Amino acid sequence: MADSGAAESLLQRLDQADGGVDSQQVAASLGVDHQLVVGAVKSLQALGEVICAELRSSKHWEVTEEGKEIVEKGSHEARVFSCIPAEGMAQSQLMTLPSGKVGFSKAMSNKWIKLDKTAEGGPRIYKSVDSIEDTVKDRLQLVQRGQAGSLEEKEKNELKKRKLLSEVTVKSYWITKGCSFSTTVTKQETELTPEMLASGAWRDKKFKPYNFDALGIIPDCGHLHPLMKVRTQFRQIFLEMGFTEMPTNNFIESSFWNFDALFQPQQHPARDQHDTFFLSDPAIATEFPLDYLERVKRVHSEGGYGSQGYKYDWKIEEAQKNILRTHTTAVSARMLYRLAQQEEFTPVKYFSIDRVFRNETLDATHLAEFHQVEGVVADYGLTLGDLMGVLHQFFIKLGITKLRFKPAFNPYTEPSMEVFSYHEGLKKWVEVGNSGVFRPEMLLPMGLPEGVSVIAWGLSLERPTMIKYGINNIRELVGHKVNLQMVYDSPVCRLDS
Amino acid sequence: MPTVSVKRDLLFESLGREYTDEEFDELCFEFGLELDEITSEKDIISKEQGDVKAEGASDVILYKIDVPANRYDLLCLEGLVRGLQVFKERTEAPRYTRVNPADGEPQKLIITEETALVRPHAVAAVLRNITFTKDRYESFIELQEKLHQNVCRKRTLVAIGTHDLDTISGPFTFTAKPPADIKFKPLNQSKEYTAPELMNLYKTDSHLRHFLHIIEDKPVYPVIYDSNGIVLSMPPIINGDHSKISLNTKNVFIECTATDVTKAKIVLDMVVTMFSEYCDKPFTVEAAEVVYPYGKTCIYPELPYRKETITSDFINKKVGFNETPESIAKLLTRMYLKSEVIGEGGEIEVEIPPTRSDIIHACDIVEDAAMAYGFNNLKRTIPRTYTIANQFPLNKLTELLRQDLAAAGFTEALTFALCSQEDIAEKLNKDISSTKAAHIANPKTAEFQVARTTLLAGLLKTVAANRKMPLPLKLFEISDVVLKDETRDVGARNNRRLCAVYYNKSPGFEVIHGLLDRTMQLLDVKPGREKGYYIQAAEDSTFFPGRCAEVFAHGQSIGRLGVLHPDVINKFELTMPCSALDIDIEPFL
Repeated sequence: MADSGAAESLLQRLDQADGGVDSQQVAASLGVDHQLVVGAVKSLQALGEVICAELRSSKHWEVTEEGKEIVEKGSHEARVFSCIPAEGMAQSQLMTLPSGKVGFSKAMSNKWIKLDKTAEGGPRIYKSVDSIEDTVKDRLQLVQRGQAGSLEEKEKNELKKRKLLSEVTVKSYWITKGCSFSTTVTKQETELTPEMLASGAWRDKKFKPYNFDALGIIPDCGHLHPLMKVRTQFRQIFLEMGFTEMPTNNFIESSFWNFDALFQPQQHPARDQHDTFFLSDPAIATEFPLDYLERVKRVHSEGGYGSQGYKYDWKIEEAQKNILRTHTTAVSARMLYRLAQQEEFTPVKYFSIDRVFRNETLDATHLAEFHQVEGVVADYGLTLGDLMGVLHQFFIKLGITKLRFKPAFNPYTEPSMEVFSYHEGLKKWVEVGNSGVFRPEMLLPMGLPEGVSVIAWGLSLERPTMIKYGINNIRELVGHKVNLQMVYDSPVCRLDS
Repeated sequence: MPTVSVKRDLLFESLGREYTDEEFDELCFEFGLELDEITSEKDIISKEQGDVKAEGASDVILYKIDVPANRYDLLCLEGLVRGLQVFKERTEAPRYTRVNPADGEPQKLIITEETALVRPHAVAAVLRNITFTKDRYESFIELQEKLHQNVCRKRTLVAIGTHDLDTISGPFTFTAKPPADIKFKPLNQSKEYTAPELMNLYKTDSHLRHFLHIIEDKPVYPVIYDSNGIVLSMPPIINGDHSKISLNTKNVFIECTATDVTKAKIVLDMVVTMFSEYCDKPFTVEAAEVVYPYGKTCIYPELPYRKETITSDFINKKVGFNETPESIAKLLTRMYLKSEVIGEGGEIEVEIPPTRSDIIHACDIVEDAAMAYGFNNLKRTIPRTYTIANQFPLNKLTELLRQDLAAAGFTEALTFALCSQEDIAEKLNKDISSTKAAHIANPKTAEFQVARTTLLAGLLKTVAANRKMPLPLKLFEISDVVLKDETRDVGARNNRRLCAVYYNKSPGFEVIHGLLDRTMQLLDVKPGREKGYYIQAAEDSTFFPGRCAEVFAHGQSIGRLGVLHPDVINKFELTMPCSALDIDIEPFL
């Protein structure tokens, strides 16, 4: 506390006062500087409810230095008057006096003195009245005594114009008793201690108030990566919808499962060196279900199953080439093939979220690897309307309600639809995923029954995450260049809010 | 997806009405196209080369329209207009017919057996009495370019040559010769070159250099001559200058040479169906005869019309609507597939024209019915498919462990599965041959040389990128690495690893050791030799000697932990001691 003496004196004044006290008055009556009282007010406020203090500002009149001299010695005009003898005084002599110039003109206008310009030896001044009343001095005296209120505004302004009075703004506190008022100041405790709890001393202690505007200390903890948090939510959504997770832990895939099984012709641009990572070691896959491979070869090169086929020379060497899978649909193909080998078909719903690889040109939104989210439903009699209905439900869970579908082309789905959602921020429709019904040329060679339809859709995990967390450069999200502070600070992921 | 650039006003004139940009965009969306960009030649040049160069360029407004990759019939203004007009029922699809020439003798293209070594197929046709304008001519050239880029797979499968028939005389011979024996004046050059000289000349040509590789290392190059020995073209590189077409050309000889004859037929059909519109007898194409070695002859273009019968019931069930056969036939007709109801059983006969080579199965017809109906007019339904969901056990374990490792104070990193050889070998004091790494054949940069064999390199790079963060840094990742494995069909397998690093002013072996203990606690594995887990001093060049231990669980080695070797720390550009844990979690399934 700045000065506990001042605080205690203040509290005593307040105790005796009726209602409240003014800090200025307290300072005046204690004969101390006002700032000292202000300090006492602040420190008492910090104790809680001991006092209430209301900041007030008031204007009041103060006598200037020159004014004080006048109160002491009289106004300039009075001093001039009093020094003029009965026989008068030469004007030139009068002007040499300290109050000469100002006093002369004021005394003249008060008609206290007169000037004889024709007198011998130059102009001469005489008293024109016998006695005077020095109102200037009287009024200043009143102000000095704190009775400025008894003067009229006009009078005060005149004195202000003569720089004898000045109007000053005074800030002061109007201090009243607080609800826990006491005349003694006890020392405040900062925290509860075990000793206080044991002794019960906490009952009598005063505790220093907390600053609730300050931030707390962030707990010392680990953090999950934002993209993985989003992955967890997508997984959750699929599980809620009854989808079973596919084993996608095989980054290396043969061209056969990645392309040929999906009825993607061997000359397709996606199978180009510019788009796909091929492996030099292990360069080729060696084991395939041979009868199935034959059926795939036939549907590509000759057609069948109601298809014209692509009518080209299908080569097993192309199918054998190992690659880093370009989509998780390669795994879906393996799963559907496995399903077709069951004695009896059972409907399935599959999903996966895992890495895929593209040998593409990299930019702010494209990396050579990203996570693909994929959903697949296989059952008898599924329709295009079913695909759109399932997608609608899926996207509602992602917080996206406005969907529309655009016809598109994809080698292994027909019909194929691009999924667009209305982006409220951008005020336009943006592509959010791809979908379709797997082609019979893909399903029938696997051995799936004719009436079974398989609907599927896919999207990237990174794109919704970047939108969700407001990240513009994908490298700030994925890979080693991530800013860990961003990871530390990222909120939980609730996709539907 | 190919992008076709058309002049807006010309497009509207052909469509017979004007659209606002929004209206046209909507029409595209409905039809499966995308109005990608609205621009002008001036805009394009100014964007690519600056305003100065753009001065004087045309500011005619261009629509850039994305076309589905299998709709070769929409790759030019003519095709787009025809497709949209039929879709909007403003016109009927024309019927394309092959006609014999007035004098009865078709143009002949004779293929010699040498072509088998390099480019064995060819097809041909004639557009008779065609009238070009500047716009039509440009579109004709542009269509060939689009076909070359797409269905022709950058000319590897098919190359198109178009010639002014009045400057040459058949029969034509498609043969293959040693490069030095081929000499001619190529398109837009002023002198003759031999084939090797040409290949050299085009090495620096921004456009043609991309096609040289197709024949470069072949013993013979394909070449087409007329009966007077004039070179028509040296496919797939360049045409001869002699027979080049111009605005005044009346009769066009079209040849397509190919390695894939199916594609060659499609390409020829596309060119002639699109541009026969401008012949005196619109939509007629004059036949040409192709004579194969050993005497087989074929007449082209095939212009095949194929008929498929499909029931309305089938389409209704696949799409999920309930339309009458008549209504479905009407929908299909709007998609350029002339259809009529036959019989009482809801059968619809669908005629697939030569322009719709993309229709290879009934499912393609189903899609067109749904498109014409409008995908967004379909009722969205939820299938009654009842299934029980299951998690993939390895992912389930991973999810559970991730949560608890974060709770243990470690922060999750997410690093790339692909990296450089250096990252997994040299920088970790290892020899690449000891890593079982799978190698990528065609990486564009060193960042994609191998699939990672350890998560450690990625974590250390993450630390290096975050050296400004307050210490200690405690990171983990649970993800897959890839290891060669001969027992798998593809010769490699993924392996799910848990890796963690502790980076601080002191190595903190006890911290990383504590994390192992905690992990084992989470996996309900007790310390112990037999059924539990234990660690045992080990030598590993990645770690500081005497500061590395091997982790054993259930009697098998599952990984290592220890203080990293100072060389490793330096190579990852780190400045503090660091300890690490790297274990396989698959044994705990």
